[in-house]
Amino acid sequence: MEKFTVLTGLVAPMDRANVDTDAIIPKQFLKSIKRTGYGPNLFDAWRYRDHGEPGMDNSVRPLNEEFVLNQPRYKGAQILIARKNFGCGSSREHAPWALQDFGFRCVIAPSFGDIFYINSFKNGFLPVLLAESEVDKLFYEAASFPGFKLVVDLDAQSVATTTGSLSFRFEIEGFQKYCLFNGLDEIGLTLRHSEKIRAFEAIRTQQFPWFFR
Amino acid sequence: MAQTLYDKLWDSHVVHVEEDGTALLYIDRHLVHEVTSPQAYDGLKLAGRKPWRISSVVATADHNTPTTGWDKGIEGIADPIARLQLETLDANMREYGAKVYFPFRDKRMGIVHVIGPEQGATLPGMTVVCGDSHTSTHGAFGCLAHGIGTSEVEHVLATQCLVQKKMKNMRVTVEGVLPGGVTGKDIVLAVIGRIGTAGGTGSAIEFAGSAIRALSMEGRMTVCNMAIEAGARAGMVAVDETTIEYLKGRPFSPSGPEWDQAVVYWRTLKSDPGAKFDREVTLNASEIIPQVTWGTSPEMVVPVDGAVPDPEKEKDPTRREGMERALVYMGLKPKTLIQDILLDKVFIGSCTNSRIEDLRAAAAVAKGKQVASNIKVAMVVPGSGLVKAQAEKEGLDKVFRDAGFEWREPGCSMCLAMNADRLDPGERCASTSNRNFEGRQGDGGRTHLVSPAMAAAAAIAGHFVDVRQWR
Repeated sequence: MEKFTVLTGLVAPMDRANVDTDAIIPKQFLKSIKRTGYGPNLFDAWRYRDHGEPGMDNSVRPLNEEFVLNQPRYKGAQILIARKNFGCGSSREHAPWALQDFGFRCVIAPSFGDIFYINSFKNGFLPVLLAESEVDKLFYEAASFPGFKLVVDLDAQSVATTTGSLSFRFEIEGFQKYCLFNGLDEIGLTLRHSEKIRAFEAIRTQQFPWFFR
Repeated sequence: MAQTLYDKLWDSHVVHVEEDGTALLYIDRHLVHEVTSPQAYDGLKLAGRKPWRISSVVATADHNTPTTGWDKGIEGIADPIARLQLETLDANMREYGAKVYFPFRDKRMGIVHVIGPEQGATLPGMTVVCGDSHTSTHGAFGCLAHGIGTSEVEHVLATQCLVQKKMKNMRVTVEGVLPGGVTGKDIVLAVIGRIGTAGGTGSAIEFAGSAIRALSMEGRMTVCNMAIEAGARAGMVAVDETTIEYLKGRPFSPSGPEWDQAVVYWRTLKSDPGAKFDREVTLNASEIIPQVTWGTSPEMVVPVDGAVPDPEKEKDPTRREGMERALVYMGLKPKTLIQDILLDKVFIGSCTNSRIEDLRAAAAVAKGKQVASNIKVAMVVPGSGLVKAQAEKEGLDKVFRDAGFEWREPGCSMCLAMNADRLDPGERCASTSNRNFEGRQGDGGRTHLVSPAMAAAAAIAGHFVDVRQWR
C-alpha cells in the first residue's frame, strides 16, 4: 500500500450530501476483476452526457461541462471536499479505487458511510473527518479562490491552507494512522498474531463445534 | 455488568486488541459472491497466501446472473465481462474450495443473503461477513453481521479475522401491534425516515420491542437488511423461539445433542436488562402506515396517504438542494399525492424482499387480478432456487403468471441492475428492493421503495394504492 504522509493538493468541491457509492462508480463497471482502471468512469453518470459501459473509449464521450470535475479549474485535483454521509450505500471498494485512479488521494467531509471510510484506508487513500462548519469554510474558499490548495498532514492530523490562514485538526484512530502513514500490509500485520488466532480458534472449536462443521 | 447483544457478540470474538482499542475479530462465516471476490483471491495469489479456513466460506453467484434463458447455460450470458466474472468465481472455487458453493444454475443458488439463512449456514452467535453491504440481513439471527470491502474479503480469507474498532450501541424499539397490511419493510423505512440515512453511522443497531418480536424471521431479515440504509453496518435482533424454530432441520444447522447445546447458548443472545445503549429511538407500531419513497435516498420517504414534500419548507440549504435535485431526477412535483404517481414497471425481489413470505404476501394481493395496462413489465424474482421451488409448490407462480407478472429465475436482478434486468431512462418503478439512488436500477431510472404487498397492488392498479384498503 502507498504511504500517506503530507499531501499538498488542488481542491475540488462536491457540493451535495449523501453521495453514494453507486454514484461514485456505477454498477456496470463492477464487472471488472481488476483493482485499477476505474478512474475514467468515476462519477460516470454525472460526468458524461451519454450512458457509459465498460470497454468504451471514454476520451470521445460527450462531457457534461457543468459537472464540477469537468471544469478546467479543478483539473489535477487531489483533494475532494464533500458533504455529509459521503460514500454511503454499497460496500464496493471500487469507490475508493475509482477516486484514487482518477487522481484523488484524500476526501474531506463531515461524515462518511462506515464501509467506505474503512475501505479507503486499505488503499492509501485518506478520508478526513472535519466539523460541518469547517467543511463549510473550505467550500467557501474553494469557490472563491481558483487554484485553492490544501495541505493535509497525516502525522500532525491537520488540514491547512498553504498560507496557514486556516488550519483544522482531525481525529483518526491510532492504528489506522499507523498503517497508512507507514504504508503497511495489514494482512502481514495480522499474520504476526497467527498463534493467537489459532489458539482462539481451537478453544472456539471445542466450545461451539457446530460453527466449524 | 449488563451487556447489550452487540457487546456479547463482540466480546466473544475478540482475538487481540491494539493499544488504541482496535481489535482483531474472529470471523465464523464468510459469504462470497462473484463481484467483490475476484480481486481478493487475486491478492491472495499474488502474495502466495492460502485461505485460513475454507470451511467458513459459503459461496454463490447472484449479482450478475441472468433471470431468463438459463437453458443456454453460462454461454447464454451475452455480456462477456459478466461471464468472465462468473467463470473467475468458478475457477477460484476450484482452486481454493469452500464449505459449499452454489454456482450459476444450481438449484440452491440464490442471493447470498437469502441462501445463508435458508441453509442454516447463518447461525446465532456467529460473526458473518460478506463483500456486500446488505450482510446486515443476517443480524436477524442474533449474529454480528456486516458488509466489508474487497481488501477485507482478502484479509478474512487470509487470516480469518477482521481489524475492527467497536461500534456504538444503538437500539430501535418498535412497540405495539402493526396494522394489517403493514410489514417489516414499512417499519424499517419508517425508521430511516425518522433517523435519516446517516442516523446509525458508527453504530450497531439492535431492533427490539413487541412489534419486532412479532415478526417472522423473514420480516426481521427485511428490517436488518436495511440497517445499512440507516447508516449502520450491522443490524440485529435477539434470539427467541421464532429464531430457534426457523433453524430447526436446516441443512447446516446443528443436530442431535449439538442442537440442544447450541440452543442453550443461543438463548443467552439477547441484551441484558439494564444494558446501556448510546442511543435509543422508539416507534409506535400502530402508527406506522405503508411507506413509499419519493426521492433518491431511502430517507426521502412518506406514508402512502401522504404527498411529495415541498422543498420550500426545508430550512437547511444542503437538504433543500438535495430535495430539489431529487424531484428533478424523479420527475415529480411537490405536493403530488403519492397515490397519483403512475408507474411503468414493478420489481418484486432482492435480498430485502424475495423470501417465501414476501412472495406469499404479493401473491395474495395479485390473486385473480390483472396487471394494469400502463405497466410495461411486472417481474417477480425469487431470492433463491429453493424459494422458487417452494413458491411453485404452493402455486404462487401460477397466481403471478395469471395476473400478468413475469416469473423469473433467482438472483439480485433489478435491485442493482448488473444483469439485463433494468429500467430505461425516465421509467418509474415500484420496487421491493433497498436503494432508490440515482441510476441504481438503470441509468435515469426512477425507483420507489415499497413492501411486496404494496408493489403487487401498485402493479394491479398502475399507480400506488394503500394496501390496507385492498379488496
